[in-house]
Amino acid sequence: MLVSVYRYNPETDREPYMQDVEVSLPEGKDLMVLDVLNLIKERDQSLSYRRSCREGVCGSDGVNMNGKNGLACITPVSEVATSGKLVVRPLPGLPVIRDLVVDMGVFYKQYQRIKPYLQNSTPAGGRERLQSPEDRAKLDGLYECILCACCSTSCPSFWWNPEKFVGPSGLLQAYRFLADTRDEATEERLADLDDPFSVFRCRGIMNCVSVCPKGLNPTKAIGHIRDMLLSRAT
Amino acid sequence: MTALRKLSFDAVVIGGGGAGMRASLQMAQSGFKTACLTKVFPTRSHTVSAQGGITCAIASADPDDDWRWHMYDTVKGSDYIGDQDAIEYMCSVGPEAVFELEHMGLPFSRFENGRIYQRPFGGQSKDYGAGGQAARTCAAADRTGHALLHTLYQANLKNNTTFLNEWFAVDLVRNQDGVVVGVIAIEIETGEVVFVESKATVLATGGAGRIYASTTNAHINTGDGIGMALRAGYAVQDIEMWQFHPTGIYGAGTLVTEGCRGEGGYLINKDGERFMERYAPNAKDLAGRDVVARSMMTEILEGRGCGEQGDHVFLKLDHLGKEILHSRLPGITELSKTFAHVDPVNAPIPVVPTCHYMMGGIPTNVNGQAITQVNGKDQIIPGLYACGEAACVSVHGANRLGGNSLLDLVVFGRAAGIFIEEQLQQGIEYNQASEEDVDRAMGRLNQLDSNDNGEDTAQLKKELQSCMQNYFGVFRDGEYMKKGREELDAMRDRVANIAISDKSKAFNTARMEALELQNLFEVAEATAIAADERTESRGAHSRGDYPERDDKNWLCHSLYHPETKKLTKRDVNFKPKTVETFEPKVRTY
Repeated sequence: MLVSVYRYNPETDREPYMQDVEVSLPEGKDLMVLDVLNLIKERDQSLSYRRSCREGVCGSDGVNMNGKNGLACITPVSEVATSGKLVVRPLPGLPVIRDLVVDMGVFYKQYQRIKPYLQNSTPAGGRERLQSPEDRAKLDGLYECILCACCSTSCPSFWWNPEKFVGPSGLLQAYRFLADTRDEATEERLADLDDPFSVFRCRGIMNCVSVCPKGLNPTKAIGHIRDMLLSRAT
Repeated sequence: MTALRKLSFDAVVIGGGGAGMRASLQMAQSGFKTACLTKVFPTRSHTVSAQGGITCAIASADPDDDWRWHMYDTVKGSDYIGDQDAIEYMCSVGPEAVFELEHMGLPFSRFENGRIYQRPFGGQSKDYGAGGQAARTCAAADRTGHALLHTLYQANLKNNTTFLNEWFAVDLVRNQDGVVVGVIAIEIETGEVVFVESKATVLATGGAGRIYASTTNAHINTGDGIGMALRAGYAVQDIEMWQFHPTGIYGAGTLVTEGCRGEGGYLINKDGERFMERYAPNAKDLAGRDVVARSMMTEILEGRGCGEQGDHVFLKLDHLGKEILHSRLPGITELSKTFAHVDPVNAPIPVVPTCHYMMGGIPTNVNGQAITQVNGKDQIIPGLYACGEAACVSVHGANRLGGNSLLDLVVFGRAAGIFIEEQLQQGIEYNQASEEDVDRAMGRLNQLDSNDNGEDTAQLKKELQSCMQNYFGVFRDGEYMKKGREELDAMRDRVANIAISDKSKAFNTARMEALELQNLFEVAEATAIAADERTESRGAHSRGDYPERDDKNWLCHSLYHPETKKLTKRDVNFKPKTVETFEPKVRTY
C-alpha cells in the first residue's frame, strides 16, 4: 500500500514535504494506522510520532488521516484509505516540532485556563461527598475526554483564535466542572468565560463532534455554557 | 566533562502516572519545589488504561465491610509472600486515600444512596474468606484509571507542581558517598541533556510489560526505573513474579477488565462449558488471576480452546443485557468492537492470558525508601525512593489482586510524599555530585551517541520479546528457562552495542527507543534468572518441574543482584502492627 507521510526535521529540512512509502501489509488483517506507522519506523528510525496506550485511551497519537483527525491506534487503515492510499499528516493548526509531532502548548494552555479541577471549600468530613446517580450521569459524555486535541485542531474558530477562543476540548472540560453538583465555583467559572471570544467564537461548525474519537459532543456542551451565560446576563 | 545545564528541586519524581503524580501532589501541596519528570504528557501514562477500579474497604456496598478482610484477601492472593506490615498499611489507610481522590473530583459511579459504587472483583471475600464474595472495588464505570489519572493531573495543576513533560530520564546520578543526588534527563523536544539535581529522587516509572511479545501494557512500559536501579547496582525483588491477566483480547492484547466477570460475565471453552466451575468451585470466574489464567491455558492445551487454532477461550457477556453493558462497561464494549470486531451485546469476546503486571520491583519500606541488602541486612539507599508498579513494597507478593494496583499507587505515592515532606521540613541539604559522578551517569548515553555501527533496536526488541514469551510465560520449566537464559546471554553484548542511524536532537524517538530497549533487557534478564532460580511454584510463578509451593525453602522474597547476577533471599514481613499474623495456608478458591 502506498503511504504518504508528512516529514519535517527542523535540523535538516528547510521545509516540510510529503514522503511516499510503499508498505506491504499482511494479508487478511486490517491494521490500524499506528501499526502502519510502526512498520515504517522499523525501516526508517527517523520518523517521529507520539504513541503510548495503542488502545484509544491515552490520546497521544492524534493525527490527520486522509483529511480527517483521529487516533492512529484505533483507526483501521480500510476506514480512511478508501482510495487505496493512506495520507498521514500532523494535526492541523498547531506548530510542527518534527514529522507528526505537534507543539500542543496552546491547547494545554486553554485547558489550564478553565481551571480544570473541582472547587469546593466546604469541609467534606471523613467520607466521600454524596452524589446521586442522576447527578453523576450529568458528567457522562464530558469526563471521558482524553485531551487528544483532535477536536480543537479541526475547529476553524480555534485555528483563527487559538489564544482567545478556549476551543471545543477546553469548553467540554469547562462544562464538566459546571455540571458537577460537587463544584461550588459556577459563578466564577462563568465570569471567566463571559467575553466575546472564550465561548462565543464557536460557530456551531461541529467538526469537533464529527472527529471526536470518544464519541463526545463538545458543541452540545458549549450550547449549555452559552445558555448559562445568557441566563446569567438577564 | 560535558557542561550540562543543571536544574535543582527539593524533590524530583520520575514518572507522571498515578503513583508519581500522587507523590508530587503531596509535596507540592506543602509548598516544596517539586518536579514531576515524565517521558510522556502525564495523562498519556499507563494508569489511564486501568479499567475496573480501585479496591478498598470504604464500606459503601457493604456497610459492615472491614479493611482487615481486604488485608486477608491480599495476603492470601499474594500466596503469602506479600509483606503483612505493608498490606496492613495499604488496606487501613486506603479509605482515606480514596476519599481524598473523591474530594479532588474523581467522578466515581454511584449507588442510589449517593455513595461510591463498588463492584465485585476476583479474590475478594467477606469475613476472612468465610462470608462469600465481597464487592469492594470502587469504580468510575470501566474507566477508573482514566478518571483517576486526570483527577491527579488536575490536582497537581491546582497545586503548582512543576511538570517536566516529555523529558526522558536516562540514569541516576550517585555521588561517592553512595547518595542518589538526581538524574540525567533528555528534554525530548530539543534533545538537550540536563542534570536534574534533587534532595529526593522518586522512581515512579511503572511496569515493563513490553518485555513480552503479548501484553496489555502500553508501548511506554519499558521499565526505565528498574533499568536505572539495576545499572546503579541496586537489587530488585521478586522480579520473577509477572501477572498474566486472564482476559487480554485475543490477537491484540488489549485489556478487558476483570470487572466484566465481577458484573456477572464468565469464561467458556469451545463446548460452551463454564470451565472455571471445575477449577475453582467456590469463586469460579472470580478466583485469583493466576488461577484463572492457568485454568484457561490448561483448557487450551488440552484441546478445548476456541477458534480455528483452538488457541483462546471466550468471555461471555451478552446475558448481562445491553443496559448493564452500556452503563457499567461502556469502554469494554468500545474496545471489543475495535479490536475483536465483536459487539459483546451479541457475541462473546475472544480472550487469552496476556502479560499485565510486574509484581516485583525496587524493594522499599512503607515510606517509599528504596532498600538494598548488604551482607544479608537491609540498607536504605540514601536519596532514592520508589512507588507504584516500579516498587516492590511488597503488597502483591506472588500475585496481585485486581483493583489493588490503583490502591497501591495512591497509598504509597502518598506515603512516599508524606515521608519526603517530613524529611524536607527537618531540613535536608543537596548532596554534591562531582564531575566524575555526572560523567559516570552519562556513560550509556555517550556510548549510544558515539556508536556508528551496531545493532538495530527494532530487530533486537522482537528477539527479546519472543524469547521472554516462549520461555518465561504462564507455565515455566527449568529446561526451557535454561534455553531462554542462553538466548539472553547471547543478546547482552548486542543490546549494549545498539546504534542509531538518526542522531538528530529534536524529538528523536529512535534514541529513546534504544534507551528503552536497554531498560527492557535489564528487566528481562533479571526476570529470567530469578524465575529459573526460584525452584517452586507460587502465585504467578508456575513451574512444571517444581509444581508445588515450597514453604520450607521459598516462603521469602527473592533479591536479584545485578553485579553478581545472583539471587539471594530476603525475609517476608509477618508482623502486622494491629492485627494477628495471617499464617500461610493452602490457597484454594
